[in-house]
Amino acid sequence: MSKSLDFEVPVVKLREKIQELKEIAKNADVDMSTEIETLETRLQQLETKIYTNMEPWDRVQVARHAQRPTTLDYINEIFSDFIELHGDRSFGDDEAIIGGIASFNGQPITIIGHQRGKTTKENIRRNFGMPHPEGYRKALRLMKQAEKFKRPIICFIDTKGAYPGKAAEERGQSEAIAKNLFEMAGLKVPVISVVIGEGGSGGALALGVANRIFMLENSTYSVISPEGAASILWKDATLAKQAAEAMKITAYDLKAMNIIDGIVIEVAGGAHRDVQAQANELKECIHNALTELTILSETELINDRYDKFRKIGEFIEEEVEVKVDGKVDVEVEVN
Amino acid sequence: MAIRSLLSINKKKQKGVIVDRNKENSFPADLMTKCPECKKIYLSKELENNLKVCTNCDYHYKMTAWERVSILLDEGTFESFDENLRTSNPLKFPSYLEKIEIDSLKTGLNEAVLTGMGSIKGAQVVIAIMDSHFRMGSMGSVVGEKITRAIEKATEYELPFIIFTASGGARMQEGVISLMQMAKTSVALKRHSDHGLLFVSIMTHPTTGGVSASFASLGDLNIAEPQALIGFAGRRVIEQTVREKLPDDFQTAEFLLAHGQLDAIFHRKEMRDKLATIVKLHQKGGVSNV
Ligand SMILES: [Zn+2]
Repeated sequence: MSKSLDFEVPVVKLREKIQELKEIAKNADVDMSTEIETLETRLQQLETKIYTNMEPWDRVQVARHAQRPTTLDYINEIFSDFIELHGDRSFGDDEAIIGGIASFNGQPITIIGHQRGKTTKENIRRNFGMPHPEGYRKALRLMKQAEKFKRPIICFIDTKGAYPGKAAEERGQSEAIAKNLFEMAGLKVPVISVVIGEGGSGGALALGVANRIFMLENSTYSVISPEGAASILWKDATLAKQAAEAMKITAYDLKAMNIIDGIVIEVAGGAHRDVQAQANELKECIHNALTELTILSETELINDRYDKFRKIGEFIEEEVEVKVDGKVDVEVEVN
Repeated sequence: MAIRSLLSINKKKQKGVIVDRNKENSFPADLMTKCPECKKIYLSKELENNLKVCTNCDYHYKMTAWERVSILLDEGTFESFDENLRTSNPLKFPSYLEKIEIDSLKTGLNEAVLTGMGSIKGAQVVIAIMDSHFRMGSMGSVVGEKITRAIEKATEYELPFIIFTASGGARMQEGVISLMQMAKTSVALKRHSDHGLLFVSIMTHPTTGGVSASFASLGDLNIAEPQALIGFAGRRVIEQTVREKLPDDFQTAEFLLAHGQLDAIFHRKEMRDKLATIVKLHQKGGVSNV
């Protein structure tokens, strides 16, 4: 049984109480079935209420849950014949990003994803899913390889961000991320990205220039962590809960802003409660997106990606005065 | 604050925009300037005449976007783009638009980047110049949109694209929309590049975060000004994470050059000449016809 999160404490407490009653009834030889039934109905209502009205901060907690399924979990559940491919061919192998080839419903594909650990030991090896430049360069190498063999690319996004370290800077963290954005724009094969946990800033986006972007219902995608935003906004990292709300980082927020294409509904209480069911849901989503994309030509795929990102942005365009010769002249007075 | 007085050098009516850049800045204290690097005190006039580079230690002061226009482009050739774009407040952050308004009045810009077309020694280029005096040069929707439109124009007219970056990164007040501007500008650059066109990125102090991790690092040539701070993560964040002492020159242009991350560092005095040469060397049909 996984650890309970703050917002679900009432559910957990009620569940324990029912269990307790059942024990008492068994030993005391009294009929308490009516009481238990009433409580179980209430539990169901409570679960529905709590799990369908999750606050942004609750979702952050679920997204960060230690037992939340990782890229590898989904690889195992959704794909077959997976063969992991290592290394960037110039510096090393960054285990914060995992990649390889596999088949999806019989179709060869390339998979690339951030990879967290589930234990402290694994997290140290995988640097808590925070890549160095060689991780992004490995990802790019595998994308170009996929392009050569005309394989679609599935990316799983699950990182707090690119690693902020000395070596990372020395080896060009910025350039590695930038190059991925640039090269992904030109890929001649379908690219699908799914945010499965935390999508933190440029380090997440570096696997995110896709034709279709999905988010698991309780995942987040943001320019800065809620803690980081709180300390900049209000000089107080403990106000992360408010920041999570203000920064609009949930799947529903991003869908409303038209940045992502769809939300993958999670099993009640979060993906960690039933990995297999969650994987099935995700599998269907990927299948549908691939079906849509495989009919597009190489040029159409590139243009589709262009148009997708080209339209993101909110601003006001003031009317300009058009001169007779067709030249646009802006009349703006500042003072 | 002496550098502010330099704001007046480009006071002539720029394409459609009337701004009095002189008003609040012409107070007597501006007569003298103390270099933050070598502490030498000299006449501000001296600094102005030296392209805002310390005559003693070569410290490169920050420049406004308009100042760069005047030292880089052929006189009277610059035509500014998209001054009619205005910042909105998608996340409804309190007092965000007020801050934009203040910086807009201060700099005479509609946002943290000035874009347009002009010529360098006769060669037509599309240019974008970020201005760190405007919200630390941070990138929100308007910055992303102006840069993207400029790149698209360069692609359309088959012109080189040149950018001077100066930015603290993505603008937090526009949340994930700011983050996505990194992708938007990058897809536009990819298309420009696929047309065989030249992109030169010149990173000036400071170029960090999301700007560093997108267009700033995507030049066919990545250039920097001396001593410019360039990096992905902030120094303090790194120090807290790794708990080790970072070298004094960490994330400077010179540090990046030594680690193979830059093509070259150009002194401000040679910037116009070198850029003109780079553009010339990339002209279609070779250099003989120039
Ligand atoms: Zn000096």
